[in-house]
Amino acid sequence: MKVTFVLNDKVVEARVDPGQSLLEYLRGQGIYSVKYGCEGGECGSCTVIIEGKARNSCLVLMYMVEGQRVETLEGLNVPDGLRDLQARFLNQGAVQCGYCTPGMLLSLEALLREGPQPDEARVRDTLAGNLCRCTGYVRPVKAVIS
Amino acid sequence: MKVVGRKTIRVDGPALVRGKPVFTSDLDLKDVLHCKLLHSPLAHAEITHIDTSAARALPGVAAVLTHLDFDPVYFTSAGQGYPEPSPRDMLILDSTVRYVGDRVALVAAETPETATAALARIGVEYQPLPAVFDPRLARDHLVNLHPLTGPTGIWDARHNVAAHFEVEIGDVTTAFKGSRYVYEGTYSTPFVQQAALEPHVTLTWLDPDDRLVIRTSTQVPFHVRRIVSEVLGIPLQRIRVIKPRIGGGFGGKQEILNEELCAAVTLKTGRPARLEYTRREEFFAARCRHPQIIQLKIGLDDEHRIQAIAMNILENTGAYGAHALTVMSVTAQKTLSLYRAENIRVVANAVYTNLPVAGAYRGYGAPQGFFALEVLMDEIATDLGLDPVELRRRNLVRVGDELSIAQVLGEGGAGYRATVKSMGLEECLSKGQRLMAWKRRRKAHGRGPVRRGVGVAAAGQGSGIPGVDMASAFLKMNEDGSFNLLVGATDLGTGSDTVLAQIAAEVLEVPVARILVYSSDTDLTPFDTGAYASSTTYLSGGAVKKAAEKVREQLLATGLRLLQSATGKIRNGTVIADNGRRLTYAELGTRCMYTEEQCQIMASASHVSYDSPAPYNATFVAVSVDTETGLVSVDKVVSVTDAGQVINPQMAAGQAEGAIPQALGMALSEFMLFDDQGRPLHTDFHTYHIYTAIDMPEIVTRFVTTHEPTGPFGAKAAAEIPINGPAPAVVNAIYNACGVRIRELPVTPEKILQGLKII
Repeated sequence: MKVTFVLNDKVVEARVDPGQSLLEYLRGQGIYSVKYGCEGGECGSCTVIIEGKARNSCLVLMYMVEGQRVETLEGLNVPDGLRDLQARFLNQGAVQCGYCTPGMLLSLEALLREGPQPDEARVRDTLAGNLCRCTGYVRPVKAVIS
Repeated sequence: MKVVGRKTIRVDGPALVRGKPVFTSDLDLKDVLHCKLLHSPLAHAEITHIDTSAARALPGVAAVLTHLDFDPVYFTSAGQGYPEPSPRDMLILDSTVRYVGDRVALVAAETPETATAALARIGVEYQPLPAVFDPRLARDHLVNLHPLTGPTGIWDARHNVAAHFEVEIGDVTTAFKGSRYVYEGTYSTPFVQQAALEPHVTLTWLDPDDRLVIRTSTQVPFHVRRIVSEVLGIPLQRIRVIKPRIGGGFGGKQEILNEELCAAVTLKTGRPARLEYTRREEFFAARCRHPQIIQLKIGLDDEHRIQAIAMNILENTGAYGAHALTVMSVTAQKTLSLYRAENIRVVANAVYTNLPVAGAYRGYGAPQGFFALEVLMDEIATDLGLDPVELRRRNLVRVGDELSIAQVLGEGGAGYRATVKSMGLEECLSKGQRLMAWKRRRKAHGRGPVRRGVGVAAAGQGSGIPGVDMASAFLKMNEDGSFNLLVGATDLGTGSDTVLAQIAAEVLEVPVARILVYSSDTDLTPFDTGAYASSTTYLSGGAVKKAAEKVREQLLATGLRLLQSATGKIRNGTVIADNGRRLTYAELGTRCMYTEEQCQIMASASHVSYDSPAPYNATFVAVSVDTETGLVSVDKVVSVTDAGQVINPQMAAGQAEGAIPQALGMALSEFMLFDDQGRPLHTDFHTYHIYTAIDMPEIVTRFVTTHEPTGPFGAKAAAEIPINGPAPAVVNAIYNACGVRIRELPVTPEKILQGLKII
């Protein structure tokens, strides 16, 4: 089937198997910031932003993104530099292995668009869907609220 | 020091926060074959017939591999130095399957869907065999997991004993007789999983010269090269292993896990191949922590000083003996190096069961051992009416003490003489007491159904495997004064590339940004045993420091010749001659590369250590126990570590912050249970609960600085040590809160309520 949607500000016409997940499609297109972690909506490594909301792309089937606006870290990256949140992650030491980092950044990006200064409880709630085995979430949380 | 001990942003950080394609799986290979494994549905069975014709007939299937395709070469999947101390008890594919999840066959196909469809078309006839799941029954069970001939290095295959050792120092029997107090208890720790977010993944292909390239998510690239060469019978020189960025390992990737099968597909078909575990496979067909049942007995004199310790370890290694012996020897050696005791006896047995294969997991036996030791110490303190911190303080080893256990117990045999040269645990305990408000909280249990309490645990670890682990580094200077640092050391997310760059930068007196690190490529980087046993900062750091010192000597000598001076010095990346003339590294490099002297400034160095200095840690935990429901919640964890001179404080703190939830998971939330047929019940993150951002207690981490004379700039290891304390400290805090003593992990509400005699 054909699915037309907006991927990182570009209109895409994708010919896909209707049962294909957005995760599978994106990685197939070389959008590698979207990570495979569990394919069950449990770990958040594959988080993308769809219509402003953070979503597990492993649970989104391609037909569901028809007409929708999908964002990944590739689209958020600025040339020759870092976005504020990326810089804060680095500065706080919030990145260890970095596998869950793109997913965390997208969940937090969606949160920060709702309001620039979320409290700690809100940040933790937001990150509850992004599993991390390296950091204990200490520095990722600090990167947002400090 | 300008760089060491100071905040330094990780060198791989910018690429990681930008989501660049730096991980193993982030690479498209043209015409790649997708591999899927058929796992055994039975815990123990003989494959009597296997029919792959229907699978092969499916369009798009390129290869189906079964045990009939391989010569029987016994090996161990444990990624250890040669000769591996683990038994060689495993075949690439076997006609006997020994646990639910054991590898039966592999399909390589054009798409993952075709590979999965083909798996369903493989017809396997199994002759079920009796199975053993309880390690306490394994030795005398009628079941025999492994054949008596073929495998090598199994201690006693007839009795399912993979590994065994016994050591005695002093005279334990007499010492117990002479002890004023004798305490004993039996403690057990369960299967738990490393659960790195990146599953195991391997990509293989043939390069234009027909050499096999293995790009894999590993902690041990050089061991992968050696073991794949052996198992597949191809020359080592034909193999190149590349480790890109790794999405966490925690020991789970100190294993040759599927690299050899993926490589076999490429060798057979000539095509690139990819084998990536699903999360489900991670849970039942990867590796996990060895469960142990430890009987521990401690005798003390009138003054509460430990006279004798006897430890009996029964370890469950699962279906194969990966790391079986060495995990137990670490259990004994690390735990029995913490307190002064002249008389020590250890008897250790690792037994096979028809359950998933255990392997390396952060702490490597020490978390199991310290659970037993530190809970029993708490019981002793309680019984004697002592503050648990004081009982520990009274018995700690001191600088200058000889560690007799280290000499008799090394990596699969005798070890090396060891003396404590740096020890900051007393200060860790004092600092932790203050940060936890220990004395006040010990007595403030609250009223009503929710009771509060605090507990403590002390622990040690090591820094590399003495006399075994070897690391090397190569450093060269470019004409702009930047340096390429090539190391075999394996950064698996720990930040070791950054730490090693800091060490080179400190010696060379340049900013870290001038050091370009390239690591873990068996063709291009010098050898390193790998990222395990807390070895990288201490050993690989030692190699980098030596190489950098040699380069610094060359810079000074060459620079002074160019400056026509006999004497001078190096300051901030500039050679300054005593005649007043100066030369920057860039000027020096350009001149000696192109016009004068004409040489490459470069040096290499290897490092091995017969010391393995212990980092130390004190962990304090505060809990709330709901005495009506039995639920335990951890309110605060204070973790204070002596890692010698910390090289990168922010990253060292990060190690503690990450280790704590892993240990809390083992204590409270991570369950790997099996049904009565050995089938796993927890194979996803819904049911295997690792700590999330909303489960986390308040975490406070601190470091106490000591100077370890054998470490680079005084450094010791930092990565494993903080995982040892939280589990026993939780259990001790629960006792302090409500008087229930748990000796078997995990803690469950049922156990609490049983302890309270409510159920």
